[in-house]
Amino acid sequence: MTQAVVGATGRAPAPGRARAGGASSRRRRQGWVAWGFALPFVAVFAVFMVVPIVGSFAMSFTDFTARDIRSPFAVNFVGLEQYLSVLGDPVFLTSLGVTATFVVVGIPVTMAIALALALALNASHGRFVSILRVGFYAPVVTSIVAVAVVWRYILQPEGLLNSALALIGIQGPDWLNDTRTALPSLIAMAVWRNVGTLMVIFLAGLQAIPTDVKEAALMDGASSWRRLTSITLPLLRPTLLLGAVLISVGFLQFFEEAFVMTQGGPLNSTLSVAYYTFKQFGFGQYGTASAASYLLFLAIALLSLVQFRVLRSKD
Amino acid sequence: MTLTTPAAPAAVADRTEQPRRRAEKRVTPGRALTYGVLVVGLIVWILPFAWMLLGSVKTQREILQRPPTWWPQDFTWENFGAWFGQLNFGQFFGNSIVVALFTVAGNLVFCSMVGYALAKMDFPGKKALFLVVTFVPLFVMVSSLGLVDSYAALILPFVTTPLGVFLMRQFMLGIPDPLLEAARIDGAGELRIFARIVMPLCGPPLATLGILTFLASWNNFLWPLVAAQTEAKYTLPVALSLYSTGQSATNYGLLLAGSVLVIAPIILLFVFLQRYFIQGIASTGLK
Repeated sequence: MTQAVVGATGRAPAPGRARAGGASSRRRRQGWVAWGFALPFVAVFAVFMVVPIVGSFAMSFTDFTARDIRSPFAVNFVGLEQYLSVLGDPVFLTSLGVTATFVVVGIPVTMAIALALALALNASHGRFVSILRVGFYAPVVTSIVAVAVVWRYILQPEGLLNSALALIGIQGPDWLNDTRTALPSLIAMAVWRNVGTLMVIFLAGLQAIPTDVKEAALMDGASSWRRLTSITLPLLRPTLLLGAVLISVGFLQFFEEAFVMTQGGPLNSTLSVAYYTFKQFGFGQYGTASAASYLLFLAIALLSLVQFRVLRSKD
Repeated sequence: MTLTTPAAPAAVADRTEQPRRRAEKRVTPGRALTYGVLVVGLIVWILPFAWMLLGSVKTQREILQRPPTWWPQDFTWENFGAWFGQLNFGQFFGNSIVVALFTVAGNLVFCSMVGYALAKMDFPGKKALFLVVTFVPLFVMVSSLGLVDSYAALILPFVTTPLGVFLMRQFMLGIPDPLLEAARIDGAGELRIFARIVMPLCGPPLATLGILTFLASWNNFLWPLVAAQTEAKYTLPVALSLYSTGQSATNYGLLLAGSVLVIAPIILLFVFLQRYFIQGIASTGLK
């Protein structure tokens, strides 16, 4: 855009040739200046994103282990063997199931609560709304490590939750050490941490819906349920889709909750794909870890592609 | 908000509209129910924070007591005292602050620079660079290969972020070109234009970016856990996580006090600057 303007003004005055030559050298100079401005970003990006991504891609086709760090080029090329062994590893398959459950249950629950809150807040007024907004958003800004401490304290066998359940005569389980309740507990915690983000995004989307459409439906005598399903939700669809894609990138990388709360246990019932990768790195199985992380990377990249398309289509 | 906007035309419109509008403001059973559910939801939502705060001032004996007490019986500061005394809180807090401040400063400067180039310059490779900014899967490889135990290792990977670049570019697109052209004709170089004209106009996005990066850096956990190898380089979340998985895993009083210390600065910041926090999130979702 700027280029077109510069070119046009350069050609218009009388000493045309001299100015045109100046414009082209100036364009080259601007190219250098622009890349100069981009240099810090490009350097950080190259060192901390491109190198690990390319490096681990290469590693995933070798039998690289911790012992090979001293002589990284002496490793053997093993083709797709790492991928096959990862896909044949029952622990990896368990971790796939854990991440899938986390995503498939966690995302709809988070979205439903966030949408209900956004609708309720959008219909309320006054100081009350900002108090509610701050309260529901607070878990988003707090450190997972700090929050994990209090959640473990609440969920321990004789903790706050089970004491409350005992009041109504229910004997609560040992939430984090029972294979049936550990993953649901982590999902609840993830929902608690992520609702605020989506609530804010949905609220912004709701406020962007033109009021005259809703007024018109109101005049036509549409019930509030009808207005919700026939007007608000269809108009909110792009925002809902965007919200879903945004949080699913985070949910697919499910790791931190399990790391700070259960260390993947009991009996791998909260071992996610990202956690599996992390453990393989810990064992020094860099080739295996790279292959596993690439499978996850593929899923996330596909999802980011969808996100990119969604964002584009909004222009 | 949605109701106040159309109020003016409604006042001019027919009178039959008036009673309905008043009816909407009146507390109907449905509305009361909504408020009731919201308040109960809010209490459940912030209960963990309240429990954290209350637990942090209880004695270890009281914490182990069954059934649990709600209000602390013997109010004590000893859990906080332990952090400030034998546990090196100052060191961890200082590390967190240093890392966060450098990360924020880096983002403010570097993201603005790329944002400026993308918004206001034309150069070969611009499309590719923009693609990188918009289409980078947020995926940090968990790899501990050859990492040194230094502040640089803690700060550098986060010193610019694609999201920050995107945020700055979007805002700078709105700065009128003639303003910059005028400065160029006056003989100002790009660096001067950037520093003297563009940056002073970018207050709002810089505030948002500063807060978002401070938050991300303060709460960042996985990378510092891998990169910080000695206690001298631990940030607060790393220190807390190591205590909470180590010998003191059940010393809840101590751990809850640590949690309060980790989240207090952010909660304070959040309460005072909530508009920027929430704008930041909304702007990452909606362009």
